[in-house]
Amino acid sequence: MLTRVRRWGPGLLLISPSLLLLGVFVYGLIGWTIKVSMSDRHSAAESDGFVGLSNYVDLFTNDINGRFLHSLRNLLIFTVVFLLGTMLLGLLWAFLLERGVRAEGLFRTVYLFPMAVSFVASGVVWRWLMNSGQGDDAGGLNAIFGQLNLDFLQNSWWTDPEWGMVAMAVPAIWQLSGYVMALFLAGFRGIPAELREAAAVDGASTFQLYRRVLFPQLTPVALSALIIVGHMSMKMFDLIMSVSGAQWLTEVPAVYVWQTLLTSDYAKASAISVILLLLVALVIVPYLVQTMRTERRS
Amino acid sequence: MGKMRRAAVAAVGALALLSPAACGGADSGADQEVEVFTWWADGGEKAGLDGLVAAFDEQCDYSFVNGAVAGGAGSNAKQVLASRLQQGDAPDTFQAHAGAALSDYIAAGQIEDLSDLYEEWGLTEALPPGLIDNLSVDGKVYSVPANIHRSNVLWTNKAVLADAGITAEPTTLAELFAALDTLKSAGIGAPLAIGKDWSQLMLLEAVMISDLGPEGFTGLWTGATDWNSPEVTQGLENYKRLLSYTNGDRDTYDWTDAGKLLMDGKAGFFLMGDWAPGDFETKGFTDFGYIAFPGNGDTFQWLADSFVLPQGVDNPEGTKCWLKTVGSAEGQQAFNIKKGSIPARTDVTEADYPAYQQSAIQAWKTGTQVPSCAHGAACSQGAMEAANSAIGKFSSDQDLAGLQKAMSAAAALGKN
Repeated sequence: MLTRVRRWGPGLLLISPSLLLLGVFVYGLIGWTIKVSMSDRHSAAESDGFVGLSNYVDLFTNDINGRFLHSLRNLLIFTVVFLLGTMLLGLLWAFLLERGVRAEGLFRTVYLFPMAVSFVASGVVWRWLMNSGQGDDAGGLNAIFGQLNLDFLQNSWWTDPEWGMVAMAVPAIWQLSGYVMALFLAGFRGIPAELREAAAVDGASTFQLYRRVLFPQLTPVALSALIIVGHMSMKMFDLIMSVSGAQWLTEVPAVYVWQTLLTSDYAKASAISVILLLLVALVIVPYLVQTMRTERRS
Repeated sequence: MGKMRRAAVAAVGALALLSPAACGGADSGADQEVEVFTWWADGGEKAGLDGLVAAFDEQCDYSFVNGAVAGGAGSNAKQVLASRLQQGDAPDTFQAHAGAALSDYIAAGQIEDLSDLYEEWGLTEALPPGLIDNLSVDGKVYSVPANIHRSNVLWTNKAVLADAGITAEPTTLAELFAALDTLKSAGIGAPLAIGKDWSQLMLLEAVMISDLGPEGFTGLWTGATDWNSPEVTQGLENYKRLLSYTNGDRDTYDWTDAGKLLMDGKAGFFLMGDWAPGDFETKGFTDFGYIAFPGNGDTFQWLADSFVLPQGVDNPEGTKCWLKTVGSAEGQQAFNIKKGSIPARTDVTEADYPAYQQSAIQAWKTGTQVPSCAHGAACSQGAMEAANSAIGKFSSDQDLAGLQKAMSAAAALGKN
């Protein structure tokens, strides 16, 4: 018994601070949030009345103007466009660089750089670029389109009631495509040269080489990219706050939490946060399970 | 032995990592200090606060400690304040919008009843009864207003109106519509400038005052007026019609951007509170006129910053002295001349103020006071936020029945 403690004791002691901090500040607070989300604490006053899941039910059935469902719909549009955009652009750029262009290092840096900018800073610039004024009032991109006589391209950007969130995804795509490219490029580089040679010896065309040999090898990379970009998208807050500010048109759950919290409706804010956490978990947990399985196998 | 040493090192390391959490701040606790928590950190607001502090130093034996939190038009400060109140570490006094915005603090028992002090300091006579009515919750007053702003003011660009041949300022909604039509046919695309959510809520409120009268309007937020009545529907229809004269991309405009439309002559009218002239003048625009929103008559829709006495502060006497200064004629004078607002007291010398403020002081003395929801005087913070969201939705989809239903639900929030 004592020998066993001696064996794992010091190790446990060393990681105990981080375990303790994680336990309290991550898992403890998640537990606390869940507790608040099931209380009737709708104002600054202390209140611990237990109401079960009714805050959650209210969000889906009894929210003014169906506001929560509206924010989920916005998030869905944003996420789909954001994921498709970054994956396609990232793959395309990685493919081009992998084909061996000149000055690859330069292009890599150029594409990767936007990621170094914070969402807040780029949001302020994109707010100006995506100015919804048209014709004489045009600013930003609309003004450029006007000067190029491409007036038909002028549009209302994020202020469109139906599809505004597609425009909102544009800055996010601009920022993260380079990162996805870097992931794919690493994936391409990780494929042993022997496989390409073997394919060439077997008489595979370039198309066949990519279709049958290289792309299948990229699946794990693509999955990682999807997870990383996907969970960023679910939590999107800063970009939207700096492009449009908190308002109905572009509201997503994270912004809604902020708005609710500012009015001291703690129970509702906690309920939205928990749903947001579940949404992210929906994406991440299967990935973790799969990674763990692969690791055990190897 | 080696294992023992390893264990010891591990233990020390673990302790070292935990120790930063053990440091805590010592409370100042000095009895002669009054910490005043505001979001007045720069510009005219800071100048006003400085004026108020000068008056405080003269009237009281306490020293002022500036607890201002800058940024976000007060939203940063509100976050800091909320967490401090929860930890039981309340500042000696804090700034808050007067009126229903305080209802959360009152319900939570975080601030104290000041009714007796109102009597003692003579505020019951010095402040207009309409204001005291608006401020009272169950017959008790919880805050001392430092200033008054008016929100139902329609600013005009005189040159634009003259060019279109409008000589008489509109005094009813019908005349306003006529004037807007005239401007439109004179080639002004968006004759009425407006900004995003809360400034649209201000417009809706102004229209409601015209259609329901001051009493009916106040009832919208107290529950006395039914949001689903046909009169309200009529008001909402007028509001919808007014929106059709505004700039289409209003949801991307802050109030200063909308004000620029007026300055640039792209609009003839602009509804905004009376902090607007400060912005006009710093940008060199002086050719503006001002009228009460057409149809509002002598109704004065107010909003105010006020100070409160939080529960369980270290130094309640010091806080009371601060509140007394805030309510005193000298304190109000010192604060408002610099901030560009008007005193809540009616016993002030108008001549000391600039032209617009003189007219506002006059209107304040003689008018009927109604509170504003867009600025938290008439409704709780939750109701205000829900109303802004509903207004934002209406701005994009023009669904009138949806707006009526949502506003009704929003107004009911915070009244359990």
